[in-house]
Amino acid sequence: MAIKVEHLNHIYGEGTAFEQYALKDVNVTIEDGQFVGLIGHTGSGKSTLIQHLNGLLRGSSGNIYYNGENIYSEGYDMKGLRSKVGLVFQYPEHQLFEVDVFSDVCFGPKNLGLSKDEIEERARGALELVGLDESFYRQSPFELSGGQKRRVAIAGVLAMRPQVLILDEPTAGLDPKGRDEILDEISALHQEKKMTIILVSHSMEDMARYADRLLVMNHGEKVFDDSPKQVFKHYKELEKMGLAAPQITYVVHELREHGVEIADDLTTVAEARDAILKALRK
Amino acid sequence: MGIIKASKLIYDYIRRDENDNIEEVNRAIDAVDVEIQKGDFVAILGHNGSGKSTFAKHVNGILLPTEGTIWISEMDTQDASHIWNIRKTAGMVFQNPDNQIIGNVVEEDVGFGPENIGVSTEEIWKRVDESLEAVGMTAYRMKSPNKLSGGQKQRVAIAGVMAMKPECIILDEPTAMLDPNGRKEVIKTVRELNQREGITVLLITHYMEEVVNADRVIVMDDGKIVMDGTPREIFSQVERLKSYRLDVPQVTELAYELKKAGVELPEGILTRKELMECLLPLLSEG
Amino acid sequence: MLREITLGQYYPVDSVIHRLDPRTKLFGTLVFVISLFVTTSVWGYMLATVFLIFVIKMTKVPFSFMVKGLRSMLVLLLLSVSFNLFLTTGEVLVQFWIIKITREGVRMAGFMAIRLIYLVLGSTIMTLTTTPNALTDGLEKGMGFLNKVRVPVHEISMMMSIALRFIPILVEETDKIMKAQMARGADFESGNLIQKVKAMVPLLVPLFISAFRRATDLAMAMEARCYRGGNGRTKMKPLHYALRDRLAYGLQLGYLAGMIGLRFL
Repeated sequence: MAIKVEHLNHIYGEGTAFEQYALKDVNVTIEDGQFVGLIGHTGSGKSTLIQHLNGLLRGSSGNIYYNGENIYSEGYDMKGLRSKVGLVFQYPEHQLFEVDVFSDVCFGPKNLGLSKDEIEERARGALELVGLDESFYRQSPFELSGGQKRRVAIAGVLAMRPQVLILDEPTAGLDPKGRDEILDEISALHQEKKMTIILVSHSMEDMARYADRLLVMNHGEKVFDDSPKQVFKHYKELEKMGLAAPQITYVVHELREHGVEIADDLTTVAEARDAILKALRK
Repeated sequence: MGIIKASKLIYDYIRRDENDNIEEVNRAIDAVDVEIQKGDFVAILGHNGSGKSTFAKHVNGILLPTEGTIWISEMDTQDASHIWNIRKTAGMVFQNPDNQIIGNVVEEDVGFGPENIGVSTEEIWKRVDESLEAVGMTAYRMKSPNKLSGGQKQRVAIAGVMAMKPECIILDEPTAMLDPNGRKEVIKTVRELNQREGITVLLITHYMEEVVNADRVIVMDDGKIVMDGTPREIFSQVERLKSYRLDVPQVTELAYELKKAGVELPEGILTRKELMECLLPLLSEG
Repeated sequence: MLREITLGQYYPVDSVIHRLDPRTKLFGTLVFVISLFVTTSVWGYMLATVFLIFVIKMTKVPFSFMVKGLRSMLVLLLLSVSFNLFLTTGEVLVQFWIIKITREGVRMAGFMAIRLIYLVLGSTIMTLTTTPNALTDGLEKGMGFLNKVRVPVHEISMMMSIALRFIPILVEETDKIMKAQMARGADFESGNLIQKVKAMVPLLVPLFISAFRRATDLAMAMEARCYRGGNGRTKMKPLHYALRDRLAYGLQLGYLAGMIGLRFL
């Protein structure tokens, strides 16, 4: 059990006429080693939720446990929590500040008060994980391409050696190949390093491909929590929340409406291709 | 001559050191020849750094060619006397919705362009009213831009361009920072302007779903035009697109995969409807 | 907390005050400020109160909304009130240890508090009822005579208007950058002064870079929309004095005369 959220509420302007629930009675447990997708339209509370998980925001009521310890208990080591639950924000421009890539990645471990050798070892390791070799170490982070900046930002968080990595739309603004490359690297961290991943994304196609569990937020509440295949079966309800299912889901459902015998939980191109080929051979 | 015509267009980004010596030359556009017809909806695809944004900035004279020429409505952008007419003819919408809205109130921002070109007050109001109506933002005219969603801000930016009565709108990745609903909203608005008002549209994007309905798709790579055709022609070449770091819509990819596995489908299927029309007869035969 | 800054916040309702020419309102604010410094008597403050309440009622802006702006200056208020309360000499009312409170001190502190609160309320009325654009238009036209001595009035007012638009954006951005760095273990609160200043670097560098980027983008966007300075520009909302403005000027001058009169009574 890595993270447990219990009856979490976050209320803006509590007690005033403008009272508004950003989060409403959210309960969720995220086990070690899961790859969790988090979706919801803008303003659904998904960004608010992830900022609670590493203590950047404090709930109005409710509790959050990390490895069994209540993070709201007195004297809890918030800095320690943030190094264990790493959060990468959407725009790398919001965190890059050092003169070169290597120093920037050192910022996190330096804040943990580690020895110089340990800091540099971690920075090197983190940069290797995101596929940036030594030729990048002395480059200015501001002169990199969008995808490379994104990698440096992720490395900056990985250098703290977190157990959980939360990423807020890590592919926004990248070209299709760049999107795939970043997601493949995140997937490798999950599979090879056994990291717990929480991925916020608007791309249902990506969720279908990578996540093994999908949380859907709407108006501050958790409305679905299941495997992507099961969640996407509710594509009509998702649409009402301003969301959608992957395009493949629509193809599959339309085929079923026309009487084609095909499973209703197909979400990726490869699955749909195999199923249609099978149906054609009948 | 088309509304936009480029001939042997070259643009170099030149980096100089403190002593003004050339340190690095980066060719962003490499001898591009292209002509765009009035009233067309043209999409330009290309990965980050392919030169598509640099090209866009040439169309309204923000950048001037290093070599070659580009004409907008037969006006050469290098002729300084045309520059304001060019910018009136070819309006531009940028990627970041926050960084292009000048006014503190929606309607005042839409009026900014007409004010600059010296239109009379009554005419400004008329244009602001029409432009807000055209992008469906009339209800928000008194709002602060900071209170709008990303998609709404981009529609305000489009209205701001429309108020200059352009013949052509260039949109430089207008949806890159928006969520899916914002993206749909902006693309729908742009399509309507193209169809209803006959505005020539140049849409730069790397979201493949947005270009399915374009009249013409141009693919850029490394500063050159590498593909140019109808969406169907472009999207039938899945492997080639992928080699340019691009992608195809999932429906197209599924059709392509099925075809590769021996299913008899036509090339370049773009929409779910087309896929159904071709696939259902095959499935019911068996 | 950062979000609560109400600087330049326009409150969109339709009222007579909203429709007044910004120059009239600028003048009115000036008159009100002067009147507060002119007056010394209770009668003067009463007249100012009546005038203020009258104007606030006319704006149709909820009073509670207006008072919000006062919160940010609470410290300043307390400071100046206590200075006046404890440091004015005169007839002693209460005394303990070396602290004396005098009748004059109470009077001065009371007047000072009222004066500060009225100052803030007065200028808040201005910003709540005038869009920043109208405000800068008013300044541009009202100060137009400075053009003759080569003060770039148009440019200055354009800069002010842009600054007003970007302040909320940059405030929000500051919040995001702080969070992004805190997620990497940055600490903006503890430590001594030098450590605190040092801790600001990871916040300020991204903020400046972003601000410069926004400025470049905005300059390009303005150029793309044919902006070329103030010459030859027309106005969507040109400033015209209407009858209500003449009435307002009359009222303002009458009020000022009254305040000056009360001083010498």
